This record gives sequence, C-alpha cells and structure tokens, in this order.
Amino acid sequence: MDIFDFYRKDRWPHVFCPGCGNGTVMNCFYRAFSALNLPLDRTAFVGGIGCSSRIPLYISSDALHTTHGRAIAFATGLKLSKPDLKVVVFTGDGDLGAIGGNHFINGCRRNVDMTVICINNNIYGMTGGQASITTPHDFQSTTTPYGNREYPFDLAELAVAAGANYVARWTTRHVHELTKSMKTALQKKGFAFVEVISQCPVNFGRRNKMADPTQMLEWFKESSVRREKVRTAAVDHFDLNMAGQITVGEFVDRNRECYEELIGVEKHG
Amino acid sequence: MKAAKGEFFLQGNEACVEGAIGSGIRFFAGYPITPSTEIAEGLAQRLRGTNGVFLQMEDEIACISAIIGASWGGVKSMTATSGPGFSLMQEAIGYAAMSETPIVIVNVMRGGPSTGQPTRASQGDVMQTKYGSHGDYQVIAFAPASVQEMFDLTVESFNYAEKYRVPAFLLSDAEVGHMRGLLSVPENLKIVDRKEKGIKRADEAYDVPDDLVHPFPTFGKGHKAMITGMTHAEDSRIEPEDVRTHQELVKRLSDKILKNRKDINKWELVSPGSKTMIISYGSSALGPKEVAAKDERVGLLRLKSLWPLPEEPIYEVASQCERILVCEMNLGMMYWPIKRVALEAGCKKVELLSKIGGEPPTPSEVRHKLRGMGAI
Repeated sequence: MDIFDFYRKDRWPHVFCPGCGNGTVMNCFYRAFSALNLPLDRTAFVGGIGCSSRIPLYISSDALHTTHGRAIAFATGLKLSKPDLKVVVFTGDGDLGAIGGNHFINGCRRNVDMTVICINNNIYGMTGGQASITTPHDFQSTTTPYGNREYPFDLAELAVAAGANYVARWTTRHVHELTKSMKTALQKKGFAFVEVISQCPVNFGRRNKMADPTQMLEWFKESSVRREKVRTAAVDHFDLNMAGQITVGEFVDRNRECYEELIGVEKHG
Repeated sequence: MKAAKGEFFLQGNEACVEGAIGSGIRFFAGYPITPSTEIAEGLAQRLRGTNGVFLQMEDEIACISAIIGASWGGVKSMTATSGPGFSLMQEAIGYAAMSETPIVIVNVMRGGPSTGQPTRASQGDVMQTKYGSHGDYQVIAFAPASVQEMFDLTVESFNYAEKYRVPAFLLSDAEVGHMRGLLSVPENLKIVDRKEKGIKRADEAYDVPDDLVHPFPTFGKGHKAMITGMTHAEDSRIEPEDVRTHQELVKRLSDKILKNRKDINKWELVSPGSKTMIISYGSSALGPKEVAAKDERVGLLRLKSLWPLPEEPIYEVASQCERILVCEMNLGMMYWPIKRVALEAGCKKVELLSKIGGEPPTPSEVRHKLRGMGAI
C-alpha cells in the first residue's frame, strides 16, 4: 500500500508545525502497518484532543475523533461492540496521562485488545506550550515561566504496573526500533502501549534552548539509555524521562488474557 | 436475547432493564450510583451469556464514552446514572449530539445539588438534560411515571435515539425507579433501527428525510467514516473556522428534533376542558392525577416527554382553561417554558407547586394549593 493510499491526501495540508515529530511517527506507523498487510478497512483509529490525536483523521479508514482524554474509553466500547475490528488509539501526553489518566490505567488493567500510541512531546503543544504531566523538572513552559516545580510521570512504567500486555518507549530518533515495536504492538493480543518521545520545537524546544528540531533529536540521542542498562540506577523511578536520561526499550511483553477472552465476547463476530 | 413476555410484578428500574432488553440492547456501560444501580445490576445479569456486553467502567465519563464508541460499532447502547454521574457525562452528551450518535442515557434523578439526597427523588435535572453541555443542541427526553412506563419509555428512548441519531434520555426519579408495580410486556414491540449507510431497509417509510438525519456510517464497513465533535461539513471535512459550515450543522442538529416535535412528543390528558388544568410529569404527576380523577373542576396534562418541549398540547390546554398549576419536584424548572407557552395561548394565570426534599406532592398538598388559587 502506498503511503498516499494510507493517509488521506485530500485532508492536507495537515495541522502539524514544521519540525514536528508527528510526521516521523506517522511514517513509522505506516511502515509497520503496511509491512503486516493489515486490512485498513477493518481497522478503526481513535484519537482524543491534541496534535497527536488528530492523526486518525488523516488515515484513510474509520476515525473516531473524541473528547479530550477519553479516547481509550471510546475505543473500549468500540472494540467490545465489534470484536473483529482492529482498534488503534493515537494520543498525547496531556490527553493520555493528565485528563485521561484514569482511563489509561484502567485500560491497561482491563487489557482490552487495542494498540495505543502515545506521542509524548512533554508539552501542551496545540494550546501554545503549557506544562504537561511529562514536562521535566525545571524545564520552561508558558505556565512554568520560572521552571517546572513538579516531577514528570513515567507513562511506560505506569502501563507496566497497571497491567498492559506490551509496553515500549522510543524517541523519534529511534525510527527502526519504533517501527519494530509498532509491529509487535499491532500483532499483540491485549492492551499494547507504545510511547514515543517526540519533539515539539515550536512550543517546547524554543523555550528550552532547542528551537531547532535537530537539536532536540540530538538531545534524544544523547539522553537515551536502554532500559536494561538503567534498571539498577537509583534515579530510574524519579528523574526519569528527560531530565538527565530517557529510558527507552521494550518494557514488558507478556500474554495476560485480554478482556474479550475473559468475557467471551470474541465469538459474537 | 429476548425480552420475557407476559405480566410481571417488578421494580421500576427492573422494568427499565426489560425495556432495554426488548429494544435489543447490545452494550451497557455503568458505574454504581444510587438510585440507578439496579439497572446496572439487572443488565449485568441479563446480558450474561448473550451476544451483548455489560461493562463496569471506572467512572461515568468512561461509561458514556464507551457507549458512544459501541454505538459506532453499530449496536444499541445505554448507560444509567443519577445526579453526580449525570453531571460528569455532560461533555460527552454534547459530543453525542454533535457527532449524531444514537445512545440512551437513563437518569434516575435524586436530590441535588452535589451529593444531595442519594436515596430521595427529585426532578432537578430536567434543565441540565437540555442545557447541560456547552453550545446549542437538542435532545429527546421522556419522563416515566409508572413501572409500565419505565418499560415503554425505555423502548421509546431507544427508538427515537436510533431514528434521529441523537442522545435520548429516560428521566426517571428515585420514586419511579424504586416503585413496584405491574408490568405487561406485549407480544410484539415496535422497534426502530437506525438507517445505516449503504443498507436498504424494509421500513424506510418511517425514516426522517436524509437532509435532516444522514444515514449512519457504521465502523468496519469500508465507509471511511470521520466522526468528530468538531464543526464538520456534510462530507465530514473538519471546518472549525468556517462560519457557514457551523451555522448549517448546528441548525440542522436543532431542526431535526424541533421540526419533528409532533412525532416525538407524548402526553396523557385527564379531564380536558376543565377550568383548572394541572401540568406535571413523572412522579410529581401522581398526586395531581388522583386529584383530577376525583374533582371535575380540575384536569391534568401529564407530559410523558419533556424535550423537545411539547408546545402543542400545552398551547391547546392553555387556550381552553382559566388557570394552570405546574407541579414539579424542583424550585420551578419546566414552569418557565410552560408559562411561556401558556401566556402565548392567552392563559394569564400560571402558578407553581414546587416541592423538593424527596417526596412527591401529595393529593392534599395539591388540593391545598388549588384552594389558594381559588380553583376549588
């Protein structure tokens, strides 16, 4: 499948800024999806509100662009009412971890069969650069003009603890690893979560001395540490995600029974 | 999964469960909250082992989100809640209205504001049902006053939600939800299914014209549906900045309900033509009904649907009587739109009997008020 059959050319120009990481993620996702030869018409894409949540509307299939934070809850209903449909959620750090945090952890716990891709740009980009739940400590945003006093969430670790079947985190610098993880996630039965640390040069980089997207990619490269190498580090659960280091890799890959199997809804068809 | 036929002695909430089953519900998401919990419990039981799904979600926002998602999967879906849960659902109610998703929301009303009176009845959510979410939109709401109507109007809620692609509400209250009484389930229920895109149906004559209600593009059928809560054009193009697109869309969402008021509205008339007419609904109409049955000077217009406002029957009643008493369990909510219609019809004297605290107005309280008005 050509990339212009996968994405809706007629919806362009898209809303993303120059240098945005969403394009990289979309490219990786297209490659993963088409390599697996999945039927596009039997796949539904769900998004919440935010830049990354707009991606479903650019894909040439059924798209449900929902309310802020609730994409996983909408996707849960959609998947269980039509179990033969593949459901993919595109979301961001604010949508998934802040306003939608409850649905995220309960989605992992319930383990409904869906793929959730969270593009974590550490900022509320669409509204102009306010601090999010993943903005690193001491970093600048429009709502933290003297530096962020709070510490960030580790979304991937959260997903592991809450029970997701597959969890991985990469950055937009790790395109091959990311594509591979997306493939695994799309094939995984149960809740599969892929977090992508992505650059928002316009609203995050610009206020943190990285206005050029390549500076941010360089920063991702320098700060990334494989998860197996940092497990013993004391900072792992505290300073994680950006300030100092970005833990990347596959966090978990297991086969807990998914919710459809548990309630026997699969045979409905 | 089939509804049991015949005669039953049931609780109002249980009758609602049977109505949902009879309507062909395939997805229910709920969260425990008094006094609606029996509906979730009942459906957890009734949907087990069928092709339907019962889901207990993490909060009421998740419940309504899940049933909207399920509706796009092409099945009939419902949630049930009460006061605080209903408040949480408001944003998604607006989403359902904007995205034209057929869903049914049961609100077994309790006393508010806030936690208020969890075990006591109220009619304090009637305005929130219509105006709770931001922006202009129209919904359909029914107000049952008996166990039988909990069944009948649940079926109607599903039928009208499907027909108009709109969120439909069953506005019950703790009194009706927990009341026990006889339920008679007919052999043949009239069931309406949504008009699906690309599928011809036998009963198409029943449909609303396409320019008001578009055929439903069920997911997974190759329609490439783009469903969004943002302002969108007919071909689903997102046009949040376009003045005319927004005007056309929001006007159509409103028109499809308001222009079909006569098809939607339901009411009961007792002693029409009386000099004094009581207008009431739900459990607060029970006292007035007893008064009207015994006193020929008093009649009753009982509204079985509240939204869209049944203007025609109110107008007709108001143009034939000298005075109107609106009776409801809040500090005066439906009173104002009813009074507006009554004044237009030339009835100058419109009074309110409002009772909050959790008990419906008794016949003696109604008579006392009528005496004060000089009606009896």
